[in-house]
Amino acid sequence: MVLQDLTLAFSITFATLWSVLLIVVEATAKRAALTYALTSVGFLLLITMTIFPSEQGYAFSEMLRVSPYSQFANFVFALSGLLVVTLSQGYLVRERIHFGEYYVIVFIATLGMMLMASAGNMAVLFIGLETMSIALYVLAGIMRKDKLANEAAMKYFLLGAFSSSVFLYGVALIYGATGEMTLFKIGIYLQENGASPLFWIGLALLTMGFLFKISAVPFHQWTPDVYEGAPTPSAALMSTASKAAAFVAFITVILNVSSQTENNANWQLALSTVAVLTMVVGNLAALAQENLKRMLAFSSIAHAGYMLVGVVAASDEGYGAALYYSLVYSLMNIGAFGVIALIERHREGVNAADYAGLFKEKPALAGVMALFMLSLTGVPPLAGFVGKYKLFAAAVESGMSWLAIVGVLASAVSAYYYLRVVIFMFMREPQTENQFDGVATSPTLVIIALLVFLLGIFPTGMLRFASEAMKFASRF
Amino acid sequence: MGSSLLTLTIFFPFLFGIPLLFFSREKDALSKFYALAISLIVLAMSLTMLLNFDGSQGAQFQHVALEDWLGEEVDVKYVVGLDGLSALLFAFSAFVFPLTILGTWTSVQRNVREHLFFLLALETCVLGVFAALDLFLYYVFWEAMLIPMYFLIGIWGGEKRVFAATKFFVYMLSASLIMLVGIIYVGIRGADLNGGVFTTDYQKLTLLDLPFTIQAILFWLFAVAFLAKAPLFPLHSWLPEVYAQSPVSAVVTGVLLKMATYALIRFNAGLFPQAAAHFSTLLAVLSAISILYGAAIAFAQKEMRLVLAYSSISHLGFLTLGIFAFTEEAMQGAILQMVNHGLSTGLLFLLAGFLYERRRSDRLSDYGGLKKAMPLGAMFFMIATLASVGLPGLNGFVGEFLILAGAFKSPVLHSGAFAALSAIGVILSVVYMLPMFQKIFLGELKNDLNANLKDLNLRETIVATAFVVVIVWIGVAPNSFLKLSEKSVATVIEKVQQNSSLSSR
Repeated sequence: MVLQDLTLAFSITFATLWSVLLIVVEATAKRAALTYALTSVGFLLLITMTIFPSEQGYAFSEMLRVSPYSQFANFVFALSGLLVVTLSQGYLVRERIHFGEYYVIVFIATLGMMLMASAGNMAVLFIGLETMSIALYVLAGIMRKDKLANEAAMKYFLLGAFSSSVFLYGVALIYGATGEMTLFKIGIYLQENGASPLFWIGLALLTMGFLFKISAVPFHQWTPDVYEGAPTPSAALMSTASKAAAFVAFITVILNVSSQTENNANWQLALSTVAVLTMVVGNLAALAQENLKRMLAFSSIAHAGYMLVGVVAASDEGYGAALYYSLVYSLMNIGAFGVIALIERHREGVNAADYAGLFKEKPALAGVMALFMLSLTGVPPLAGFVGKYKLFAAAVESGMSWLAIVGVLASAVSAYYYLRVVIFMFMREPQTENQFDGVATSPTLVIIALLVFLLGIFPTGMLRFASEAMKFASRF
Repeated sequence: MGSSLLTLTIFFPFLFGIPLLFFSREKDALSKFYALAISLIVLAMSLTMLLNFDGSQGAQFQHVALEDWLGEEVDVKYVVGLDGLSALLFAFSAFVFPLTILGTWTSVQRNVREHLFFLLALETCVLGVFAALDLFLYYVFWEAMLIPMYFLIGIWGGEKRVFAATKFFVYMLSASLIMLVGIIYVGIRGADLNGGVFTTDYQKLTLLDLPFTIQAILFWLFAVAFLAKAPLFPLHSWLPEVYAQSPVSAVVTGVLLKMATYALIRFNAGLFPQAAAHFSTLLAVLSAISILYGAAIAFAQKEMRLVLAYSSISHLGFLTLGIFAFTEEAMQGAILQMVNHGLSTGLLFLLAGFLYERRRSDRLSDYGGLKKAMPLGAMFFMIATLASVGLPGLNGFVGEFLILAGAFKSPVLHSGAFAALSAIGVILSVVYMLPMFQKIFLGELKNDLNANLKDLNLRETIVATAFVVVIVWIGVAPNSFLKLSEKSVATVIEKVQQNSSLSSR
């Protein structure tokens, strides 16, 4: 019986064991390079495991629900983890924080995400959320002697802990209202007995916890400070995979309580208001940023808003689009942070103006960065466009054209700040000579750029992967 | 082979442009010859298709691929094909690019290989726009075009290039994102015809019969994008800057603006005929304003390229008038005139570029009396000017005549006033074009700098001659060109006229 459960939830079993292995190796050997290699291998193995569709079913007394849906999400997490780890090494060495712990923590954060995506029970959901969050708090403050990093870690931790408790309170109230912790049983209960006000309060608190994690307005204030203070590659992880995890779990919860949320005008109004605010505030605030890490932080808020559009659409197309978008967004955003990590030197060189003349000195790097910026803007034929198209199409199809129009206008605004980077790279002269000496284009970035381009032209396979996954999402 | 030749032609420039990025920076000449060869091969392939094109048939050279492009639930796929509306413009675009590469052979000196790469990428987008028979695919090409254009203006443009590039990008992106919402919406309505499956297949959507209010909304969602690109008054403010700053203005005039007027016929008239008929008067008014306004401003300009830029606004007004008159003559004339304008103004822009390269000035007052120093240049400039003002025997006359004749008897405009006003525009074009020629080439050679200017060299002469040959060819034998679009235009007109009688009833 246990063996069956272990094999069904094989990728989670594997990730757990591998985390233990990493901890042991790091504790005994204390060789960062070795831990780095083992972490990469772990992620590679996870990716190969998650590429193949899994069986679906419940494991460990309905605590975990394994399905192609969680499998797709795990694929996104493992891919992001691998890319972040590969892009981290050079950065960590330069910043003199090349500790093996870093890799172990990234891997544990990913394990937390996987638990969130596979949760069949609210307790596991919370455990996953905390495993991920605590790991991320540590990552934010891993530059121990740096003021900004300390500030970031402290802010992230305090606000994060607060949001976790709100989340937990929501869990408690929903349990009180329905008498169930297992998600699908909550769904059955709601369908049979309807929802009490207690349940709604619980759901609202739970939703707030999720909105904090995806940094939706008005729960977004921590984002720019944390991304700015955290080591750049780990900011990439926070802005992509951790948001994807929150989205995946959020969608699971919504699907299970859909008997109440579907055609519920208040719920739709609340969620679409948050989506609109997130898109508008994120994009407008990004316009004013000089620091690229802060700019990307606000842009990541805006992108969370786009993904929320898919959730508001509340159709399989919408959820599938959000899933797909979380993949392409992870790719292009990790790419963008990766370029910043290459150029940053001890908190210098993170302003848009520092990129002046990059094209002249390092044409390949400038080209790759331009590709990410244009993809984030949503210009075809790049992956970001297809993702956005699917999201907005889902909104129009669900009769929410106005939401699509707001999104479309917001992304027109975003062109301005993404292009500013391109302008500096391509159309300005370098400030000082030899500014970019020692900056080597990483092959990982080139691969990400290729993926972003190819996924824009041939999105079919990945879209099918995502929409297949949606068919197996947990429902009551 | 027959079916995939079109696809090959479209993607050839981009795919074979990629190796350019790996060429050595020291060997710019090699990059140039390579890019020229690529664009000539593309020209040869498009001419082959044009020669085999049968004007009495519908869409030809169709190629379908990527059946479930965006998943199985939606009917979005890669479909390209040429019909009477697009065949000529497709071949013309392929004609302009090698000449632009030749024409800017020496004017671009920094980052030559990237310049050529972006130019070839642009060619792929332009060809794709003319061939796409799926609205989603169309949008991808249409929007992708912004990327190479942005870099071409922003890196290799003039002094205010960054501002011009950003303005162009944001302007175009905003306008076309609105069209994207329209595309999604029309695709959802298209599901009724397609067994409940969302579709953006153009040929299926032409059968769609939408209620008038929905047509009207969709008409404007599309029209804003096209009128901004065309550009029609009052959406023209991006154009002068882009023209003045762009090293490839000849391409911009030649083909980019035509993408918009072409799209007006293809989508606005083809998919929303009732709305098109309903709004034709409004658009004719805007066209007439553009014609007169563009002419008046062109007259007041003191720089060559700005005169040409504003003259383009004026000329584009003729095209939209021709389209929205909805008679066969006028629309045929408009399609031919798209090519004509690309030829005459494109040649003028190239010649202005040659002059600029020699003299490093755009101001008309810096020139004068160049006829002695540059007899060949003066001759070509004269021919292009005459073609542009519509001298009989050259191409411009045929197009403008057909447009005006069609507009006079238009059943949807109900009035000859638009045609009459626009005819004044023809006269005005003489008023601003000829003085420009006069200020540059006639008079005395006052400035010593001008006396030593070299005449056109062999390369420049070849480019100009190629343009002139086609200018004269269309002027003398327009029928062989008009025949291509006859059938397709008749179909569109018939549809609109049926619907206009419905809406007036």
